[in-house]
Amino acid sequence: MLGLDPLLVGDIGLAEVLIVLLKVLVTFGLLLVSVLFMIWFERKLHADMSNRLGPNRAGPFGILQTLADGIKFFFKEDLIPDRADKRVFILAPFLSLVPAFLVFSVIPIGGVFTDEKQGAVRIFGHDTFLQLADPPIGVLLILACSSIAVYGVMLAGWSSGSKYPLLGSVRATAQMVSYEAALGLSVVAVVLMAGSLSTHDIVMSQAGDGFGGIIPRWNVVVTGVVPFVIFVIAGTAELNRPPFDLVEAEQELVGGFHTEYSSIRFALFFLAEFMNTVTMSAIIVTLFLGGPAGPTFFGPDWIWGPLWFVAKLFIFLFMFVWLRATLPRFRYDQLMDLGWKVLIPLALGWMLLLAGLNIARDEGWNTVVVVAVGFAAMVGAYLLLTGAMRTSAQRREGADREGTSV
Amino acid sequence: MGYLEGFKVTFGKLFKSTDSGRTVTVPYVKDSGPKREKADRLHGRHVLNRYEDGMEKCIGCELCAGVCPARCIYVRGADNPPDDPVSPGERYGFVYEINYLRCIHCDLCVEACPTEAITESKLFEFSFTNRQDAIYTKAELVVDDDGMPQQLPWEDWSDMEAVAAKSSQWVRATSASGDADYVGVVSWSGELGFGVKPAEQAQAVPPPPRPENDDPTAGLSHGAGEAEPIDDGGHH
Repeated sequence: MLGLDPLLVGDIGLAEVLIVLLKVLVTFGLLLVSVLFMIWFERKLHADMSNRLGPNRAGPFGILQTLADGIKFFFKEDLIPDRADKRVFILAPFLSLVPAFLVFSVIPIGGVFTDEKQGAVRIFGHDTFLQLADPPIGVLLILACSSIAVYGVMLAGWSSGSKYPLLGSVRATAQMVSYEAALGLSVVAVVLMAGSLSTHDIVMSQAGDGFGGIIPRWNVVVTGVVPFVIFVIAGTAELNRPPFDLVEAEQELVGGFHTEYSSIRFALFFLAEFMNTVTMSAIIVTLFLGGPAGPTFFGPDWIWGPLWFVAKLFIFLFMFVWLRATLPRFRYDQLMDLGWKVLIPLALGWMLLLAGLNIARDEGWNTVVVVAVGFAAMVGAYLLLTGAMRTSAQRREGADREGTSV
Repeated sequence: MGYLEGFKVTFGKLFKSTDSGRTVTVPYVKDSGPKREKADRLHGRHVLNRYEDGMEKCIGCELCAGVCPARCIYVRGADNPPDDPVSPGERYGFVYEINYLRCIHCDLCVEACPTEAITESKLFEFSFTNRQDAIYTKAELVVDDDGMPQQLPWEDWSDMEAVAAKSSQWVRATSASGDADYVGVVSWSGELGFGVKPAEQAQAVPPPPRPENDDPTAGLSHGAGEAEPIDDGGHH
């Protein structure tokens, strides 16, 4: 099954193929332009937040700076260290770039989801969704691609044949593997409420009038805010963005995993990194904030979807830059503590609570009792967990005093 | 909420509403206004000085070339022609070249020079476009008959009035000011076009009050176009 897109139901002729190709081009172009813009936006905003001017030479307000940098990268000397594993070294940037491109293809960026057309838009006489692909496993594709991107970072550091990149890639592996769990568990909460893995269906489930006509039926409300917060934190860690940028901690590791990269290969890593930032914001908007949903005012309805989508996207792009401008980097043990001892247990507990609520609704149990019992169990589990951690910390201290290892 | 204080600070800076929210970066001059005032100790491109009577100070001793950590100076000394001496004394700098692709402007040559022949001016905008231009020869380095550095085609001299007055404002790290015996004593020779710099005063002299710098552009307007007479020895 190619997907649930009405375009691909029935006979597929030349027109359908051309429309898909057009969508590919538009998606690709949009993503590239948004990366150009995001890099400029980040540099300018971060400069404003730290009493500087930021790029201001190329074009008005320095908006062409990224383009100039990109062109310059093309003409730089491309170095491959003698001790590098050449094939892997060349492969690594693409391993982190290609998944970054793929993820955006499942993001619905427009469409009206409240009427009977269910988000389909008419292009050249054919109904189609405003997303490149709508596989039934959309959310899994997102998670899979973000996992594959880890290999790009990991292999880049490993194949450089140099110490600092290796340290960076070891950190990357540990960090991304541990935060992937929290990320996945908070997505499960969304999938539970939407009842589907397709991104289109997840957006569909959030459409419509909200509670009391004011609060929207977005997953951020429906799942009770906690999965949203966990997803944003784990997503930031997954992006290797500050305050989770241990992978390329300049002060400790020179450049981290990309120390030995130069020229266009280096540019590819940065392209992937900023593309991931845009994509991760888009994923958050899709999963938790109703995607392109929002009130329509005048003119055709379909024009408001992309506008709302971009507006919501902006909030998160701004947030990522704001985080970077404000927070110092985590220490490695703090990073692991936050991931394993806070985010994963909380995400797991919240997911079980939501699952219990779903069952209660199906079976007609008293929801208040279920919530109360659920919270009691969570508090109990939390006490057990902290108790266990305190005991192990005490044992470790005792062992340190006696000079033995545990 | 101690955790959120920092977010407030960075957000406030967007609207310049915090105490520290003023943009401190001064835009580069090409946008607007005159260039910034140059510090007395700025290390710009070198000049080869001359005495007030027009004789060159360089004696071709090669101490500068010897001390240069980047090895960018090439000097050859030669005996002065008896009928038309270039410098007072026996020898003069016959060849003098500085490669600005290598020079790090550390000023060690200025420290090493026994005759104050080589000093650094306040010119720093000289973007040559080929390797040959990067090597400044003696003819290019030596000051002209007014004691001013010679302008080369690729050098940006748009604030020459401000810079020229300061071109003899060089300060040695090992200057006499640190030694009480030399307070008020002139310990250098005169320079063509500038005369003898006044002696350095003791450091106990209180510095002049600095103006309150509320306006970020305040520092720009000041020192432009006015050729100040050289009345202090670099130390305030």
